[in-house]
Amino acid sequence: MAYSFPEEVLEHVFSFLSSEKDRNAVSLVCKSWYEMERWCRRRIFVGNCYAVNPKIMIRRFPEVKSVELKGKPHFADFNLVPEGWGGYAYPWIVEIARGYPWLEEIRLKRMVVTDESLELISKSFKNFKVLVLSSCEGFSTDGLAAIAANCRNLRVLELRECEVEDLSGHWLSHFPDSFTSLESLNMGCLNSEVSFSALERLVARSPNLKTLRLNRAVPLEKLPTLLQLAPQLVELGTGSYSAEIRSDLCSSLLEAFSRCKNLKGLSGFWDVVPAYLPAFYSMCPRLTFLNLSYATTQSPDLTKIVSQCHNLQRLWVLDYIEDTGLNALSMSCKDLQELRVFPSDPFVADANVLLTEQGLVSVSEGCPKLQSVLYFCRQFSNSALTTIAKNRPNLTTFRLCILEPRAPDYLTFEPLDSGFGSIVQHCKNLRRLSLSGLLTDRVFQHIGTHAKKLDMLSIAFAGDSDLGLHYVLSGCESLRKLEIRDCPFGDKALLANADKLETMRSLWMSSCAVSFGACKVLGQKMPGLNVEVIDERENLDSIPHNSPVEKLYIYRTVAGERFDMPHFVRTMGKDNRRFK
Amino acid sequence: MSVPLEHDYIGLSDASSLERSSESSNISSDSETNNVLNLKATELRLGLPGFAKNSEENATKFAHVKNFMSGAKRGFSDVNLDGSGKWALNGGSEADLGKASSVLFSPRSGINGGLEKNQVQQSISPPNIEEKKKEHVTGNGALPSAKAQVVGWPPIRSFRKNTMATNLSKGGGDAAAEGSSGGGGCLYVKVSMDGAPYLRKIDLKIYHNYLELSKALEKMFSCFTLGQCTSSGLRGREGICESKLKDLLHGSECVLTYEDKDGDWMLVGDVPWEMFIDSCKRLRIMKGSEAIGLAPRSMEKCKNKN
Repeated sequence: MAYSFPEEVLEHVFSFLSSEKDRNAVSLVCKSWYEMERWCRRRIFVGNCYAVNPKIMIRRFPEVKSVELKGKPHFADFNLVPEGWGGYAYPWIVEIARGYPWLEEIRLKRMVVTDESLELISKSFKNFKVLVLSSCEGFSTDGLAAIAANCRNLRVLELRECEVEDLSGHWLSHFPDSFTSLESLNMGCLNSEVSFSALERLVARSPNLKTLRLNRAVPLEKLPTLLQLAPQLVELGTGSYSAEIRSDLCSSLLEAFSRCKNLKGLSGFWDVVPAYLPAFYSMCPRLTFLNLSYATTQSPDLTKIVSQCHNLQRLWVLDYIEDTGLNALSMSCKDLQELRVFPSDPFVADANVLLTEQGLVSVSEGCPKLQSVLYFCRQFSNSALTTIAKNRPNLTTFRLCILEPRAPDYLTFEPLDSGFGSIVQHCKNLRRLSLSGLLTDRVFQHIGTHAKKLDMLSIAFAGDSDLGLHYVLSGCESLRKLEIRDCPFGDKALLANADKLETMRSLWMSSCAVSFGACKVLGQKMPGLNVEVIDERENLDSIPHNSPVEKLYIYRTVAGERFDMPHFVRTMGKDNRRFK
Repeated sequence: MSVPLEHDYIGLSDASSLERSSESSNISSDSETNNVLNLKATELRLGLPGFAKNSEENATKFAHVKNFMSGAKRGFSDVNLDGSGKWALNGGSEADLGKASSVLFSPRSGINGGLEKNQVQQSISPPNIEEKKKEHVTGNGALPSAKAQVVGWPPIRSFRKNTMATNLSKGGGDAAAEGSSGGGGCLYVKVSMDGAPYLRKIDLKIYHNYLELSKALEKMFSCFTLGQCTSSGLRGREGICESKLKDLLHGSECVLTYEDKDGDWMLVGDVPWEMFIDSCKRLRIMKGSEAIGLAPRSMEKCKNKN
């Protein structure tokens, strides 16, 4: 049976397998399948750039066209990972440039990308098409200029919330006049003004442009011009949405929008002047994605907008929408799958907007397809959570952030254990969960018992004891990413579940109670893990072994310990010279 | 960075917390849980300076926890930290844990000592329950309407924070510079030092004056100044004392400069603190020789601004 199919046939069959998991499974069947699969794998996803060595990757998969890498832990987004921790793209780019000259796509997330890296990318791959940088930093607009100038076949250039050293907007002008292949451009996170005429000309000569996300520096007055040049746009991110109120601008905007028959997604909306909102009302019925999360638009206008978006699938909005707006959403948007409500003023103690748990409850009642929720608010109750859970057992992502740490059920003053317990009990396909509010070990017992499909769990200011952590590590069979901050979890649970850690991508614990000694033991016992202690205190060597570390990042790896760490990061239990 | 803060919402009022502390001794008739509860008192807990209510807080907290844990024995099979014997418990269920041959916690005397040394009081989150307000000490003494900051909480990305900050200040003229203007209580700026292999990031809002800032920077960059130290004839790492480092940073060796909103590099310390944090986009510790030209310019700028 092993020689039943010729290679070409098998390869053809494999070409239908796109999921990583399927391909990995296929490669385990037998040696010949392993061999065949590795030659025809085209996309690689590395969830942790330190889990594997690029040389190993290139040796195994010689003909890859697309590489995606992630670097820093998720909590780096919230300034919990000190600068200099790592996540450097350059060593990867060097190897990839050598090993994959025909590479077409690079996607990097939370990595440090230098101008040098960008220049190398721009010069190493003759057929380079896609560059997506999400939450990256370390480069300047000079690096972008190199990409613009050298990547003749570039189709996608997306900078998503990157920290870019913005030297000037001149980089955009480096796209040569012969360059016409652009399909997607996202420069929303850049600050400086690009030459508008260069932008105009670029858009004009890009017939395949489908996604255009402008930055704040592009004024509203220029938007109609751009839209006239690209009526085929599917996704648009406006620049600043404010201007003096002029009727000619109103009408040209209205007209330009109405020409964009394919527009399905809108974002941007910095500095909104409400008078200009009606300009895109005609688009609303067609919209599937709307990101108003930077718009200071108030509830009445927001309500009006969402009430017209009958086909909306994803809405990102500020809490200005209030419960009334969310109620309108629940009645008008029956196709809604994803809702994200961000806080407009999170650092103020008292609620300045009428957004409560009720808003989310309404949406959970009215929107049968709701799967993914990110919700910031100031109060919640067990009963609301239970209602939501019962209404929407199809939830796959539930991230609730009650702004005040350890806030109890505001009605009963009890912990929110039972509410979140309902969530994990009813939502059997829950893959991602973020907890907040007052929580005891009990909630973790519920999670360990029920959340069998849970892939990623974020915990903050919760729990009472190691038991909480133990419930999670021993019960959540599918858990791959666990991030914890400010919880009283310590050595016992961690050491008792050491084996579990090798089945996960990573574990982050900061401001918890795990000791240096335990980290060292873990690192010594588990060669497949890097146990990194991140601690910026002075005189680290004189801190007793049973003292807790500041931060801990444990991840499985086949690449061994890394050597690009700053002085405040140590890999425990491996290199005895650095820390006894 | 921040360490766990003792922060309790369960006991709502001072009066009730006192009641509960006397209750708790009655509740813990079960010796097992009694052990757990008592040992909790010696476990890692960090209060604020002058905040001596730990034992009461623990009592109220555990009184509540007891409600959930009543009747069930909790504990782990013995876990050896010295590496001998079987120590990994694979996928144990609660039943397995019920063996409870040892108590959950062993008193770790070293912890509190170690931590008290390093109380980095970056920020405190004030309670939103009236009764607790007087128990918590904020930096300025009064309970501000703006919340004091917990690092990285709520979990909002910098890009969003920076954008919202500009929105709140009525869509201020210049767009928020990346990474350097904070939303609410944070103001993260990058700090680079000539010759250092990587940057650092600090939150300017946690310091109240130049002295605090310079102390923090000394600590952060002490490892990098070693090169200069040895060449200046100072002893190795153990021998460095704070004053020497200060000399290093404020003497002719290194100079602290900052880039302001206009993109000019200025000497730190020339302008009032408030003005400084308003305009500082990033910091740079440069060699004294390079900074010579800066002083006159910064003085002029101040004059021009006034």
